Amino acid sequence: MVAIRSAEAERVFEILHEVKDPEVPVIDVVELGIVRSAEVEGNRVTVLVTPTYSGCPATKVIERDIAETLERHGFETVTVKTVFTPPWTTDWITADAREKLRSYGIAPPGPVGPGGLELVPLGGPTRTVACPFCGSKDTRRESEFGSTACKAIHVCHACHQPFEHFKPI
Amino acid sequence: MSAPLFEFLLRLGDDRLILGHRNAEWCGHGPILEEDIAITNIALDLTGAAQLLLDLAGRVEGQGRDADALAYWRDETQFRNLQMVELPRGDFAFTMVRQLFFSAWTHFLFEWLKQAAHEELAGIAAKAQKENRYHLRHAGEWVVRLGDGTEESHRRAQEAVDALWPWTDEMFATDAVDQAAQAELGLPVRPDLKAEWRAVVADVLERARLTIPETPMRMTGGRKGRHTESLGRLLAEMQIVPRSHPGATW
Repeated sequence: MVAIRSAEAERVFEILHEVKDPEVPVIDVVELGIVRSAEVEGNRVTVLVTPTYSGCPATKVIERDIAETLERHGFETVTVKTVFTPPWTTDWITADAREKLRSYGIAPPGPVGPGGLELVPLGGPTRTVACPFCGSKDTRRESEFGSTACKAIHVCHACHQPFEHFKPI
Repeated sequence: MSAPLFEFLLRLGDDRLILGHRNAEWCGHGPILEEDIAITNIALDLTGAAQLLLDLAGRVEGQGRDADALAYWRDETQFRNLQMVELPRGDFAFTMVRQLFFSAWTHFLFEWLKQAAHEELAGIAAKAQKENRYHLRHAGEWVVRLGDGTEESHRRAQEAVDALWPWTDEMFATDAVDQAAQAELGLPVRPDLKAEWRAVVADVLERARLTIPETPMRMTGGRKGRHTESLGRLLAEMQIVPRSHPGATW
């Protein structure tokens, strides 16, 4: 989702590339797609962010990091507001960031798509996830829940490496 | 302040807060490491949704109470959760059958709440529903694996279904509070959640070779603050730290 932004808002987004996701420090909050908009009035700025998961413990840290970073860049009043509509989806993660995730050892999410998540599709893997280390598609899902809310655990049959998958949502 | 809307949001928030707490009790006690992680992740999502809903409830009430104040400083009779979610966590089969029942209901409930004209509630429901699909799939897969597994796992899964079934009707009860809140939130007519829920649950149970018992439904009262003996004990544990150290911060 690329919205048309003013030059001032563009500058804010540029600065916010400095704010990394505390749980996946290889990508930043703009690449993650959680910064929805920025409104600048003189040296005041209001940033709208949307959380990844309802209970993501990183949300508060991210909001604080955004405020501190913008203050460091000369904004006097920084307001960070949370919006829920439309809900965040992994489809908003940029192409560059997907490549960064892969090189960090996390398989990036595939497209969510309509019907991509059946209600209870039992008996077998629902999607093919390529190993971020060797590229093999001969992998199995170990668990849809991992070290953070956004990740699942998979294992590669080719190189025998367990790896994390940023699950589509 | 709108009293029905406040109550309606408490009901939604308390269901998730209490079930989230019950699931979190598995932390360090899961049957295998992956399950320990999975159940606590589900607990985290539920608690997160509860926080958003209770925070909204607090603002609707307009008395300056936030999600923490509502979670930690209300007593048992002021909680509005379903009795099903406060029951002790039981064994792994009990926890997974309960999650299946709860998540299947949440799916259709939130599908409806997503259509609210009230933008914030619609957004919270849309987000939580995406997370809930993972919970539903996880619980459904486990119920089939246990029900269609060994003799022992089948026995335990059937016992869990038998024990939980009489508590399920409370999910579908509605009253004047719901109706007033629905109108205020700009919601379309409430669909027949019970029929939709039953279709999904019956399908999973059939695949799991488990049968639906014919036992009558229990008397309910969670929505009015009447609870089983289990809730008080749960709250004592959940609330002890903030009540012992009021105003403490990290």
